Amino acid sequence: MEALSAFLAMGGHGAFVWPAYGAAALILVGVLVASLARLRREERTLAALAAGATRRGRAKLRAAAEAEAGAGARS
Amino acid sequence: MALHRFANPARFLRFSAVALPWFSVAAVACIAAGLVLGLVVSPADYQQGETVRIMYVHVPAAWMALMVYTVMAGGSVSALVWKHPLGDLVARAAAPIGAGFTLICLVTGALWGKPMWGAWWVWDARLTSVLVLFFLYLGYMALQNAFDDPTRGEKAAALLAIVGFVNVPIIKWSVDWWNTLHQPASVARLAGPSIHASMLVPLLLMGAGFTFYFAAVLLLRVRAEIAARRIRALRLVAMEG
Amino acid sequence: MTRKRRRLLVLAIAMGLLGGATALVLAAFQDSLVFFYSPSDLQAKGAPGERSFRLGGLVEEKSVVRAGEGRVTFRITDGVHAVPVAYSGILPDLFREGQGVVTEGRMRPDGVFLAREVLAKHDETYMPREVADALRKTGHWKEGEKR
Repeated sequence: MEALSAFLAMGGHGAFVWPAYGAAALILVGVLVASLARLRREERTLAALAAGATRRGRAKLRAAAEAEAGAGARS
Repeated sequence: MALHRFANPARFLRFSAVALPWFSVAAVACIAAGLVLGLVVSPADYQQGETVRIMYVHVPAAWMALMVYTVMAGGSVSALVWKHPLGDLVARAAAPIGAGFTLICLVTGALWGKPMWGAWWVWDARLTSVLVLFFLYLGYMALQNAFDDPTRGEKAAALLAIVGFVNVPIIKWSVDWWNTLHQPASVARLAGPSIHASMLVPLLLMGAGFTFYFAAVLLLRVRAEIAARRIRALRLVAMEG
Repeated sequence: MTRKRRRLLVLAIAMGLLGGATALVLAAFQDSLVFFYSPSDLQAKGAPGERSFRLGGLVEEKSVVRAGEGRVTFRITDGVHAVPVAYSGILPDLFREGQGVVTEGRMRPDGVFLAREVLAKHDETYMPREVADALRKTGHWKEGEKR
């Protein structure tokens, strides 16, 4: 227990050492999670688009793309 | 050029499927070992005491900030000059990771500076040039999305990445060219490292761990970029009928 | 010449010019890019009048005099010249004789540098305490040695 509290105190500079490690961990994990979420989102969209293109034909896809292009032009 | 073997996105996807697990395992293993050695096993410094342990994240993050920028600039050159299909994708994917490492470097540096120098921040040549690097990353990411036409945004951002590369040697040698408060290099120097082996080993382990982390996250992000590009292509085809 | 070769050439020339221009600008602003002046710089150029500037170097051995109430005087040396410094306030942990420091303040007419702020400058050597003690004992110590 004493060894643990000495370890956490870091010779009186624990208030600087631990936030440094915490900030590094937060940023590294944050970038990783954001990258995984983006990959999943893009792959889902791609799969839906590809499925749509084969099953429902091009007409519906074209309508969706035009609607989005219209929305893009308005914004 | 050997890199051209990966020019084909399909081939790249196959490579990434094989490499990703290895990179991930290596990153976790190196960082875990580096943390144990850096936080527990390695001794306190004769002058800095325990605060020296901040170095084990600060210095590798600074190395990565420069390395990732070099990768980004290299990708941009290959995209602009050779129209390499992966160049833009790699540069785009690298930018947020590099910005993250630069932020780690700045934050941990401030946390080390306050107890050791007596100041969170000073405007010396090293600190200022690293802050400029952070803004270059942010500017690159902003510029990509600043145009309606994505290819124009990519071209403008690639030019910024290449022009901004002049900052990389300035950062590296700022501590030798000018009087700075920041100390000169300890590891990459002609006279050999001036760090005791018990501190050098955790430092290098963390450096290796961060490099594998970068490689793994880069593969993930390039895969997302390839998917995004295919989505764009499919939508274009659909619009043209 | 193919288009790829031409693009590469244009980019290489542009980067060369940019690098040269950057080097010229940095060389022109050399004076404002240095974080501090050494005592020798001060000797060569003189103090910039009433203006505040930074003075850096090593704290001279056996020059630190503590007058109480946080007031302290010491000398900053670069091995060639030395400048007396007066300061009152809290000194950083790493402040000690033989240690690098950077002080900010202005020159008093009597030639004493009146410091408003004292920052410790750390060097690039990292080692465990036992190793440092062993080096001191065997006389392989290089404290205060100019890099």
